[in-house]
Amino acid sequence: MRENQTTETVTPADLVGKVREFADANWRLVQICVTRLPEGFELNYTFDKEYAFRNLRLSIPVEVPVLPSVSGVYWNAFLYENEMHDLFGITFEGLVLDFKGTLYKTAKPFAFNEIPVACAAKSAPANPAAPAAG
Amino acid sequence: MSKRTIIPFGPQHPVLPEPIHLDLIVEDEKVVEAVPSIGFIHRGLEKLVDKRDFLDYVFVAERICGICSFTHGMSYCIAVEEVMNLPVPERALALRTFWAEIGRIHSHLLWLGLMADAFGFESLFMHTWRLREKVLDIYEETTGGRVIFNVCKPGGIRRDVTDEKMRDYAKVLNDLEPEIREINNVFMNDKTVHHRMCGVGVLSAADALKLGCVGPVLRATGVAQDMRHLNYAWYSQVNWKPATRTAGDCQARCEVRIDEIYQAIDIVRQIAGKMPAGEIACKVPGTPNGEYFVRTEQPRGEAVYYIKANGARNLVRFRIRTPTFANIPALVKALQGCDLADVPVLALTIDPCISCTER
Repeated sequence: MRENQTTETVTPADLVGKVREFADANWRLVQICVTRLPEGFELNYTFDKEYAFRNLRLSIPVEVPVLPSVSGVYWNAFLYENEMHDLFGITFEGLVLDFKGTLYKTAKPFAFNEIPVACAAKSAPANPAAPAAG
Repeated sequence: MSKRTIIPFGPQHPVLPEPIHLDLIVEDEKVVEAVPSIGFIHRGLEKLVDKRDFLDYVFVAERICGICSFTHGMSYCIAVEEVMNLPVPERALALRTFWAEIGRIHSHLLWLGLMADAFGFESLFMHTWRLREKVLDIYEETTGGRVIFNVCKPGGIRRDVTDEKMRDYAKVLNDLEPEIREINNVFMNDKTVHHRMCGVGVLSAADALKLGCVGPVLRATGVAQDMRHLNYAWYSQVNWKPATRTAGDCQARCEVRIDEIYQAIDIVRQIAGKMPAGEIACKVPGTPNGEYFVRTEQPRGEAVYYIKANGARNLVRFRIRTPTFANIPALVKALQGCDLADVPVLALTIDPCISCTER
């Protein structure tokens, strides 16, 4: 059975205030995740209250991957934010528990910060010219 | 003021089947702070969507963990099916629910055994795992595997189980139930067990929600939240209600899991009694285009699966938030103020699954 999921777009400047509204109304922070897209990073902050599902979404450019931390509002966000830093290279200002890049010790820094193959395939020409014979 | 000492706990420790590290800052014998470290077995499985076709990725999803492997595969399939709006046959949904509940029984029996081992009750550990073997035999007979099953696929399942066999498995569990009650009687009533678990690692309902707790850790505080209420798979067709306790301590978490074993046996009985007829899979035309968050209830609690697709054969993003990942902050908070000797038992009561957490 499909769950009713609502998504609201916010700006980085409004993020902490919006998250605080959820916390004040006793919503549970379900998860935070990030998707690398060709145009930048897309982040989803998900909340639950008695099975209601709400999502805050924001986008940030790859060139300036900096966001305010929400770990001052939801303490448990520190784990999500450290993960997003180590895998995608996003910096969270004001993290309550900053592992400084040591939560995941990946061989390659920011290993998930690559444009997904699915997006690269979409942006490639549909019918690339055939190589010249001979 | 007492002298503060840092005691490393893990990543290798007798009560930890998988590696997680805690820096325990103690004053005398009291823990005043705990700093967790994970990342010892991070595999980057989410990024493998770049290398695998969306239909094949279910094999990777199942391999995230060796205990909740069925639920990982099923939840991935549900996410794809929701994005593609696939009409999954009812028989497939019923069998998915059956396997998910078999997984809950085996996972909770595994945990009870580990817990018995953690507080030094070796014979209880062996009896618990002896019973778990019979549950794993059902998995082996119906799927061919005891750890990895490969029976789920987008659109349905790969193997059918006859109605007669389903009734046989319900009978196996009926016969097993008195034996499980016998060992659970020790967990519920033994004075030495209570001595190790009652009043240890207490979390209030308000703190548990604030810290993002899920599963038996949350329900042991009195919050009756269980994602099976979202009626994925065939849960809308069976009667059940979330198991809860209110004490919020290690004993309460243990008792919630024990209740869930009986509840899972009852769900299997109900399914076996009304198996729907029909196909076990539908065709999967085209490729997914869209996004969806799936929330399912693993034995350890709510797991969140996010997929985003743009019509290509590979997904743009697959992301899992596992229950242990959600429960680690609560563990860190619950450790504050506990006795050093209680740390192993307390750490185990969140039923940590680090393979899931690290993906």
